[in-house]
Amino acid sequence: MSDTPHRDRPWVFRTYSGHSSAEASNTLYRTNLAKGQTGLSVAFDLPTQTGYDSDHPLARGEVGKVGVPIGHVEDMETLFRDIPVEQMNTSMTINATAAWLLSLLVAVAERQGSDPKLLQGTTQNDIVKEYLSRGTYVFPPEPSLRLISDMVAYTVDEIPKWNPINVCSYHLQEAGATPAQEIAYSMATAVAVLDAVAARDDVPAEAIPRVVARISFFLNAGIRFVEEICKARAMTEIWDELTRERYGVDDPKARRFRYGVQVNSLGLTEAQPENNVIRIVLETLGVTMSKKARCRALQLPAWNEALGLPRPWDQQWSLRIQQVLAYETDLLEHEDLFDGSRVVEARTRALMEESLAELEKVLEMGGAVAAIENAYMKRQLVESQSQRLRAIESGDITVVGVNRFTETEPSPLVEGDQSILKVDESAEREQIERLEAFRSRRSQADVEAALQNLRDVLKQGGNVMPPSIRAAHAGVTTGEWADVLREIVGEYRAPTGVADRPVAQRESGAETRQRVDELSRDLGRRIKILVGKPGLDGHSNGAEQIAVKARDVGMEVVYEGIRLTPQEIAQSARDEGVHVIGLSILSGSHGVLVLDVLKELATRGLDHLPVVVGGIIPEEDAETLRAAGVRRVYTPKDFDMARIMGEIVDVVAESAAAA
Amino acid sequence: MDDARPERRAAAFELLDALERRLPFPGAARVGMTGAPGAGKSTLLDGLVRFLRARGETVGVIAVDPSSRRSGGALLGDRIRMGSRGADTGVFFRSMAARERLGGLADATRASAVVLAAAFDRVFVETVGVGQSESDVSSVADTLLYVAQPGAGDMLQFMKAGILELPDVFAVNKADLGAVAERTAAELGAGLGLSAPQDSGWTPPVLQVSARDAQGIDSLVEALDAHRRHLEEAGDLASRRRRAAEAWALESLEIRYGSFGLAAIGGREAVAARLRDDALESAFAVVRRIGAEIEEALRKS
Repeated sequence: MSDTPHRDRPWVFRTYSGHSSAEASNTLYRTNLAKGQTGLSVAFDLPTQTGYDSDHPLARGEVGKVGVPIGHVEDMETLFRDIPVEQMNTSMTINATAAWLLSLLVAVAERQGSDPKLLQGTTQNDIVKEYLSRGTYVFPPEPSLRLISDMVAYTVDEIPKWNPINVCSYHLQEAGATPAQEIAYSMATAVAVLDAVAARDDVPAEAIPRVVARISFFLNAGIRFVEEICKARAMTEIWDELTRERYGVDDPKARRFRYGVQVNSLGLTEAQPENNVIRIVLETLGVTMSKKARCRALQLPAWNEALGLPRPWDQQWSLRIQQVLAYETDLLEHEDLFDGSRVVEARTRALMEESLAELEKVLEMGGAVAAIENAYMKRQLVESQSQRLRAIESGDITVVGVNRFTETEPSPLVEGDQSILKVDESAEREQIERLEAFRSRRSQADVEAALQNLRDVLKQGGNVMPPSIRAAHAGVTTGEWADVLREIVGEYRAPTGVADRPVAQRESGAETRQRVDELSRDLGRRIKILVGKPGLDGHSNGAEQIAVKARDVGMEVVYEGIRLTPQEIAQSARDEGVHVIGLSILSGSHGVLVLDVLKELATRGLDHLPVVVGGIIPEEDAETLRAAGVRRVYTPKDFDMARIMGEIVDVVAESAAAA
Repeated sequence: MDDARPERRAAAFELLDALERRLPFPGAARVGMTGAPGAGKSTLLDGLVRFLRARGETVGVIAVDPSSRRSGGALLGDRIRMGSRGADTGVFFRSMAARERLGGLADATRASAVVLAAAFDRVFVETVGVGQSESDVSSVADTLLYVAQPGAGDMLQFMKAGILELPDVFAVNKADLGAVAERTAAELGAGLGLSAPQDSGWTPPVLQVSARDAQGIDSLVEALDAHRRHLEEAGDLASRRRRAAEAWALESLEIRYGSFGLAAIGGREAVAARLRDDALESAFAVVRRIGAEIEEALRKS
């Protein structure tokens, strides 16, 4: 047809994926690309994200679970086999070890005979939100910021089409942020990075507009999709203003607010999971409908993510949503649909005002890093999250199939255990075998020299990238690289932000509180609970909510943060004399880790101590855990905290009676 | 040990009595650690434990957290696990809530300190605030460490809180903040210069440390050790522990039986005098013995 209207180029279609091994993930990527996916989004496993080799004690149970394990340059080569890296737009969800994974990618490009200058893509690299929510930080805030600014300074000339950081408001929303908090805290993070880069001697002032142009954002798209449209429009305007006024960027193109999106995963429900498809579609509209504030890249979760790992077919269904929207509908034929809308304009203005005030507050206290160190942002988020959860509990917020309209026909989509992907349990062992084989064939002298070079450069305050690329070529492993960094800049554990939370104002759980008081009298002291997060999974929101709620119903709560070994948890339970242990694991490593904790308790003569577990745990696994002695298993469909607390009291009472 | 049921408590006191009599003198170093919330006590303690473990000392820690009054619940330890110690049995860590029951804490703290002193080379008792009651950390510590947070107007706070008299060592944390920390240290030093020196002739040192960057930990440990040596050389350690034990016993009795109970055997002053005259081999035994007398007197009246 000659009158085919002009269509905008669609955003990049991606699927956040990776599991088991570089080999298996490579196969998955090539299949997805053949189906019309236009970019890659690499999910790394937790040991890779936190800088441990697959055979480290903390890696146990986590290898290949939530993403692909990348231990060295050959793993990276395998991951991109038959995928020319310089033609691909690759997003890597990697933060603390971002400089290392980018170095590996550069090394692979060089080995494939490509020019690293042509590489396109993104390293997530937003450490601030790791402290606030995601939890895969490794180094203290200041050196982390230094690593980020090293990467910015390096890529601006050496890999000019790379986005060295994706400032994340995504995880802030997951951690409970209101839209205004999302905007304010992500902007504060961007300011921290840009200020750090601007202060460097090796970045001349005239490079700043190019630096600003490479800063991208990563947003969440929630179910309140009208507000999400306004949020993206507000961020577009704030960024334009901020970069012009604070950094003097004159070129409007360099001030464009560029962002990628992962549509909200945490809000997907385990109950009536087919409804999630509708949620995903609506959430997608929030970040695509307004041309002025449309995302550059989009990845959709699969409908069954709350049940376990999605299968290729589930991911394909999500990819098709993007394709139907971009290629079948007329969305891309129009100018901005909301220009001139009084309603959208008013909401956008209001959001801008609120978020600029909050941004000002953070900047006044010294910026994003200061607001991490004094736990201000964390406290604000924990507070917002508690309010939201209370609203769901009370029914003030409707979640269809969860707290309203819960009656349902049996779903034909979730019959049997075929409805999710099972990671091959041999993946970890095989990965360790490959790692050992790799170690034995590399040149130890080259490795030592490269590590010493890395050490020297860091000590002299040089840029981390060149020595890391050299180390990648030399055959250094992920754990070795991170160990040098830990040695030079130290390790960090963020404040949990729970201790200062005021006690809930609403009178919920009064009955549980009374039962806690009574049972405590019988026990001779207050019920004491240990809330533990074994393994590398850093999603601490669930554990924190349980800790705060337990305190609110009158228990004494020992919560020691993330990344604990089963030994440490058992030791702590013994020292602290707790009555019950609650474990939270979201990475899918519950099988190994929970059993390890039970074993460690038994070796300390604490087999009688009751354990409850929460996480994304398929029913089949839950049965295994119960059979091993776990008293209760909770999954995301158990949102009623008051009921969970009541049951924990039951469990303690049962144990006391049995003793 | 922190079981409030009467029969358990009696049994515990019996054990503690036996244990305290057998403790060698001077035995484990008992360090009390206090300071305002947010001063970085937990992180500093973590640094101290790492340092002491690295040189082979075993360490027991009791951390007392403020309780939420309203629900009785408490979040113990917005703290990190002590130095990723894995299965290291050379460190023991227990947190306790300052319960709504006043005094229950004093018993539990002293009891735990005695037990830990029997098993570890060094015992730390960490809590918020100092000088508020006899039951606070000063009654179990040989050496009291105050952790100060740098900041303007601190001096006034120190004066107001009247905390300058009690501590034996001051550590100004967050030295990484630079000038602010230095100023606070200088103010503290000047303030101490104005107040009278301690009875024993010890001048409390003011140190700058950074828990975050693990700076100054070695000097801090040296200062704690120096204070302990000073007490031993001056022969003050025994008398200091004795005064603390007397104060604790008196308070423990007063909390349990009230002024009415004390009056039944002659009143507070009389009980205090008896405690002063007692050999006081174990404060737990004395509390049990005088407690029994009070109960007997109350029964007769």
